Amino acid sequence: MTQVIGKPIKRKEDPKLITGHGQFTDDIKLPGMLFATMKRSRYAHAKIKRIHTAEALKLPGVMAVYTGKDVQDKIKPIRSIWLVPGCNLIPKDRIPLAVDKVNYAGEAVAMVVAESRYIAYDALELIDVEYEELPVVVDQEAALAEAAPVIYDDVPKNIAFTWKAGDVPEEVFINAEVVVKQRLVEQRVIANPMETRGAVASYNPGSGDLTIWCTTQNPHIHRITYADALGIPETKLRIIAPDMGGGFGAKIAVYTEEALVGLAAMQLKQPVKWVEGRQEHFLATSHARDQVITTELAGTKDGKILAIRAKNIANLGAYLSTMGAGVPTIDFGLMVTGAYDIPYAQAETIGVYTNTTPTDAYRGAGKPEASFQIERMINIFADKIGMDPVEVRKKNLVAKVPYTNAMGCNYDSGDYHGTLAKALEAIDYVGLKKEQEEARKNGRLLGIGISTYVELCGLGPSKVAGAIGFGGGLWENSSIRVHPSGKVTIFTGASPHGQGEGTTFAQVVADKFGIPLEDIEFVSGDTLIISMGWGTYGSRTTPVAGGALSIAADRIVEKAKIIAAHELGVPLEDVEFAKGIFSIKEQPDQQRTFKEIAWSANNAWNLPDGMEPALEGQSFFDPPDFVYPFGAHICVVEVDPDTGMVELKRYVCVDDVGRIINPMIAEGQVHGGLAQGIGQALWEQSVYSDKGQLLSGTFMDYAMPKARFFPMIESSFIESPSPVNPLGAKGIGETGTTAAPSVIVNAVIDALAPYGVKDLPMPLTPEKVWKAIHERSDGQ
Amino acid sequence: MIPTSFDYVRAASVPEAIQLLKNFNGEGKLIAGGHSLVPLMKFRITTPGTLIDISQIQELKGVSKEGGRLVIGALTTYAEALGDPLVAAHLPVLAEAIQKIADLQVRNKGTIGGNIAHADPAADLPALALALDAVVHITGEDGEERVPIQDFLFGPFMTALPETSIVTAVSFAIPPTEGKSTYLKYFHPASGYAVVGVAAVARKTADGVINHIRVGITGAGDCAFRAENVEKYLLGKTATLENISKAAQLAADEVDMGEDLFASSDYRRHLCEVYTERALRKVLL
Amino acid sequence: MAKKYPVQVKVNGKMKSAEVEPRLLLVHLLRDEFDLTGTHIGCDTSQCGACTVMLDGMAVKSCTILAIQADGAEITTVEGLGSREELHPIQQGFWEKHGLQCGFCTPGVMMAVNGLLQENINPSEAEIREALDGVICRCTGYQFIVKAVQHAAELIREQQSQPVSLENVTTRGDVS
Repeated sequence: MTQVIGKPIKRKEDPKLITGHGQFTDDIKLPGMLFATMKRSRYAHAKIKRIHTAEALKLPGVMAVYTGKDVQDKIKPIRSIWLVPGCNLIPKDRIPLAVDKVNYAGEAVAMVVAESRYIAYDALELIDVEYEELPVVVDQEAALAEAAPVIYDDVPKNIAFTWKAGDVPEEVFINAEVVVKQRLVEQRVIANPMETRGAVASYNPGSGDLTIWCTTQNPHIHRITYADALGIPETKLRIIAPDMGGGFGAKIAVYTEEALVGLAAMQLKQPVKWVEGRQEHFLATSHARDQVITTELAGTKDGKILAIRAKNIANLGAYLSTMGAGVPTIDFGLMVTGAYDIPYAQAETIGVYTNTTPTDAYRGAGKPEASFQIERMINIFADKIGMDPVEVRKKNLVAKVPYTNAMGCNYDSGDYHGTLAKALEAIDYVGLKKEQEEARKNGRLLGIGISTYVELCGLGPSKVAGAIGFGGGLWENSSIRVHPSGKVTIFTGASPHGQGEGTTFAQVVADKFGIPLEDIEFVSGDTLIISMGWGTYGSRTTPVAGGALSIAADRIVEKAKIIAAHELGVPLEDVEFAKGIFSIKEQPDQQRTFKEIAWSANNAWNLPDGMEPALEGQSFFDPPDFVYPFGAHICVVEVDPDTGMVELKRYVCVDDVGRIINPMIAEGQVHGGLAQGIGQALWEQSVYSDKGQLLSGTFMDYAMPKARFFPMIESSFIESPSPVNPLGAKGIGETGTTAAPSVIVNAVIDALAPYGVKDLPMPLTPEKVWKAIHERSDGQ
Repeated sequence: MIPTSFDYVRAASVPEAIQLLKNFNGEGKLIAGGHSLVPLMKFRITTPGTLIDISQIQELKGVSKEGGRLVIGALTTYAEALGDPLVAAHLPVLAEAIQKIADLQVRNKGTIGGNIAHADPAADLPALALALDAVVHITGEDGEERVPIQDFLFGPFMTALPETSIVTAVSFAIPPTEGKSTYLKYFHPASGYAVVGVAAVARKTADGVINHIRVGITGAGDCAFRAENVEKYLLGKTATLENISKAAQLAADEVDMGEDLFASSDYRRHLCEVYTERALRKVLL
Repeated sequence: MAKKYPVQVKVNGKMKSAEVEPRLLLVHLLRDEFDLTGTHIGCDTSQCGACTVMLDGMAVKSCTILAIQADGAEITTVEGLGSREELHPIQQGFWEKHGLQCGFCTPGVMMAVNGLLQENINPSEAEIREALDGVICRCTGYQFIVKAVQHAAELIREQQSQPVSLENVTTRGDVS
């Protein structure tokens, strides 16, 4: 057996997906299955006066119509799981169906259950809801104003919380040679996985067992929450995440519709399916980012940064979503200093309720925001002191790891300067600067953008989870079952959905046991089969669940070795294990294969005294600390001065994500993250009217990145194993969304330097860029 | 999303389709490729009582040459037109434009007649139709009628098509062989429709005087239009950079510009000028 | 309840029939009536292309076609493109070059690619990216899809230059 870790192995997941035999939630078809649809509020803020359901109930094929009043004593509000302490948080839980008042356009007010999808949609039109409109507030800064409409009587000024971390003595700013300050907007974006949300619920009236298949990144968290909401024991609820068409954070949140179909299945005693349409997804699934960040940076004239303080006003939407409070506080605040050695740092966040769809995690969750503000501030600072932004980065980058930042985060491994040097070389920075100079002489607007980002991933030590108000642990569980034939099944509590752990975990185990990849199967996403686990998000699956996997595998090898020594009749220390063979040192012809030991362990005919039969290993791994992937990204853009269009010409990235198990999969993760990060920088935005209507509510208006928007990405890796988990992995899924927005914006602002443009808010749509040029040209 | 219920009937011929339209008395709607209609029906914006399927009427398919014009049957799909040898030989600019319409799958199903009859203000084809002096062939109760495209299109999703008539073909003037033509498009990044699309067809005399010029613009306003002031300015002048630049300034001077999330009316007007200038440079220099 | 009409189609080489309401979308006929759930639905505005199938040899979006209008047609879905045992070159390309992550958009993307490669067996990178205008993938950033298409095109060209295998696989997606 040759080693497979580090090899670009083709994915084991793919054959079923490329032949059309995946099983996604909407593919599930059960006998007698009914279909549910949700009547959603067309108003962003209104009192519900009456709901008329009689006409809908008369439609042949309609089995039931539920309103908020029908379900309010049957399903409890869905609690946020991250109650950040020390910030006077007033959580407003999502309620299954609005009762007295709707707080955002798209909030569900009634559910129809019918014999078919088509009838269920028809019935929605027959439900008449009488509303009394209330004043609407959609913008978080506007919501803080004196005269702003108040959404909840017990939430003055719509402030859900006021959070602060770190402290910068005022003298640092007063005495600083240079202070720069900038208001930066992380616009509202939508994760938009290609598969919308959906759920199928099936109830056994005899046993009282309820099964819900649904689109979730964390089935066990969903089970805890829905069992509580529905008032049934956790043991009577089975959550299954079948194949999933992406998540990107939007499927972390615990929503209400899945509980509603669970209730309907229990009451009607027939399976019930609900699947969002895309337009519905735009309204009903969490949005993200929407933070207004004002950052001040104090530094010296020669480019050393002394302090940073960021003030974030975060739009939470109408309810506190699952991780809604944690994202703009902990996830953001701890990383405001980025990859730089900055002695003082402070972060403050005000969380604000508005009449909009609740916001929650989206690929990176808080870290992209932190990275964006520091990386933009570095360039603004560089511009102020007339220094090349690369030089400013070199002067301030973390010099040596381990390094503890001003907020107490311990950057784990790698060479920050070396990574930057590699990226500069890859793109030929010196040559590029010359090319830019030439281009400018000819009136061409060439821009160079850079980011030397770092992110906090691999969530995380459970002690920290407790301290920061996270309503659960952040350890992970993996177990390995060795079958009598020597074939192996991996079970994990993480719940990957496209990231490829079915392959990478098999690679780990194949190397540990010296068996072929074909002998290994992978199971996740089923609360009945898998012991407790916390799910897939925050780039935690490989560092944490992979850590558990590695330990579990070692335990199996340890036991197998004892059995082999017993069978070979030698002391344990005389047995070696390599490439799937247990052999006696200096007598290599005396051996047992892994397969033989698997059979011995399972038949138990001749085990050492006191040893239990079978060959299974499990580990519940709680990492001692987080991991910190980092890297240097550089891009080249050209702006068309006549139209403001931005052409991305090159994008070079060098990422240190720790040990890489499958470089092909790793690179795919980088590309995908970059597409989303570049998408946020240039095209994507979720826009509301003043009345709270979502104006960008379809793929006709919300610009999802297309193939033709991108050049070939030039990606490479440096591998510095992390010391905090057995695999040395740091996580890779969120590098692109963390790095790319500032890289692109820095490049476009650089391209516009001849016009004196200092900043533009994302997305940098052509009109915005053109206007900036146009206004400056007119003024000259 | 799911359309509302409707009834369905297939028409085997043009007269049958017209008779059915008459019978349903305004409740019937024609469907061909369905790529303009079905999306509206899925959102329940359009809720026809009966769909009259004309997609099987063979006589409405195909391309023919009649004198100085190419006549394209209404049911000819974009893909069929794109692969047609007559189009390749006589109207390469149509092929150029079609390649910029929507995407590969939509081009396999959407039809030339459907596009024109739907009159989407951001559709590509109307700009080219205007620049190629297109004529819409209409058959109704009282026989056949030929309506110049400028008289056919008169507002967003509004045409001169009578309720009981159908578009049977669209004919395009074959541009003079010594001339040049082009279609330039600024794509909406989400929908793929034209934020602005400019079609230009021109010919110069041997000594460089412009003696034929047509400019059609789509996407910018609530209806595709001909930039007549541009044409007037250039006709009889020599094709210099300066003349082109001055003419382009007139591209949208008398037209109300549309506005949406992606592009304001000011920006659209500016884009009309930029794209007109670029198109003119391509066909005149 | 609206009147139903019979529809008969040949799907992946097999004759199938159903009684349908005129409003039934082709994608629902395939998924709900014929249990061919490999074809997916990712949007409601004909943008994402997850529902792309071959209809009479052409790549089309089955969410924008009424099932009744497909009466009499031949349809190939992803299930008919190739099997686990005998993958179509496009499927091979996507597997070998990591052209998919979650795999949800993939069936539609592969069918759109099938439409491209039928017309152009040696597409440039720009032509591939343009041919992907009618699909949205949120996972891959498209780079490995482009590589997958290039690889598939190469495999198809190789097969076509070898008369022996030409009989087995065509770019039309019908595996005989």
